[in-house]
Amino acid sequence: MSDFIGDWHALFVLVIAGFLPNEIWRLAGFWLGAGVDEGSDLLVWVRAVATAILAGVIAQIVVQPPGALATVPDLLRYGAVAAGFLAFMLTRRSIFAGVLFGELVMLAGKWWLG
Amino acid sequence: MALPPLDSHRWHGPLRAFAWGLSSVTRTVLTLVLFATYLGVGALAHDTHFSLGWVLASTILVWAGPAQIILISTLSSGATIIQAALAVTVSAIRLLPMVASVLPMLRGPKTRRRELVLASHFIAVTLWVECFRLLPQVPRERRLAFVFGLGIGLVSICLLANVIGYTLAGSLPPIFAAAMLLLTPLAFLLSTARNCRELSDILALVLGLALFPVIGLLHTGVDILISGMTAGTIAFAVHWWRERA
Repeated sequence: MSDFIGDWHALFVLVIAGFLPNEIWRLAGFWLGAGVDEGSDLLVWVRAVATAILAGVIAQIVVQPPGALATVPDLLRYGAVAAGFLAFMLTRRSIFAGVLFGELVMLAGKWWLG
Repeated sequence: MALPPLDSHRWHGPLRAFAWGLSSVTRTVLTLVLFATYLGVGALAHDTHFSLGWVLASTILVWAGPAQIILISTLSSGATIIQAALAVTVSAIRLLPMVASVLPMLRGPKTRRRELVLASHFIAVTLWVECFRLLPQVPRERRLAFVFGLGIGLVSICLLANVIGYTLAGSLPPIFAAAMLLLTPLAFLLSTARNCRELSDILALVLGLALFPVIGLLHTGVDILISGMTAGTIAFAVHWWRERA
């Protein structure tokens, strides 16, 4: 693998499989956003879809965890995210408190389970 | 430190607005989340034998954490360039509605098109969330310069994190990788929840979370798109119906 990484081929792979797949969606968003007025109904819909797609990304990482996160048991993952959300609500929407508490619950659970 | 009031002379000139944007990396906890995530991306790249230059280039060119993690892990698992491109393309769909919803806030009467195209490259989850929070505090004619400052500031911090993660890889405890991967859903969930103002936002978030696990059972390959479009459209329909009721 390390043979081709670092040469032109590696950069080509990055552009084809990394840069372009992201940039086409940004450009498509640019075309769509260029014709939309702030405060229009279309924009409310677009924002709702963006939020819901992001919610899907969140759910996917928690329900179908990638890599090392899969070593954390299901209930502990759900519990950690729920605990983080609870801490966020109890601290008048502090993201810092929520993220920190969620991570601590996951780490404590992992430690306790051994 | 808070941003100056909208009519302050401290917004005078694009360079100052750029500097306010740059310094705004200290106004959001998401900077820390990005730092830790990109530390992890650097470590992952090292463990899968990508060069440091390659991972830095990926941060600049791709600028979307989940996409970079998918790209690196699919390529290193022996997938073809086409398979990797498809996996990344599906993961990046969310960028379309994000860019489309931020652009109208950035646009002014004199904004140049190519500047907007460049600005849209910086838009990923973090900047999307922070634009909704910070841009109302920025005079409209200075918003583009502000976003360039914030975007370049965040990218620079992530490049630094890549270097540190790449260098430290191997000496990081295994639990760090799991903790890093949990950061993304926690930070995405809480920052989106914080920005929920209208009923349509809250409904979209809740329905999107609830629908994915169900639609995910279908394994269509575009489950996220289907659940997102459905949940977003229902949320919008409720909003539309309430406005007119």
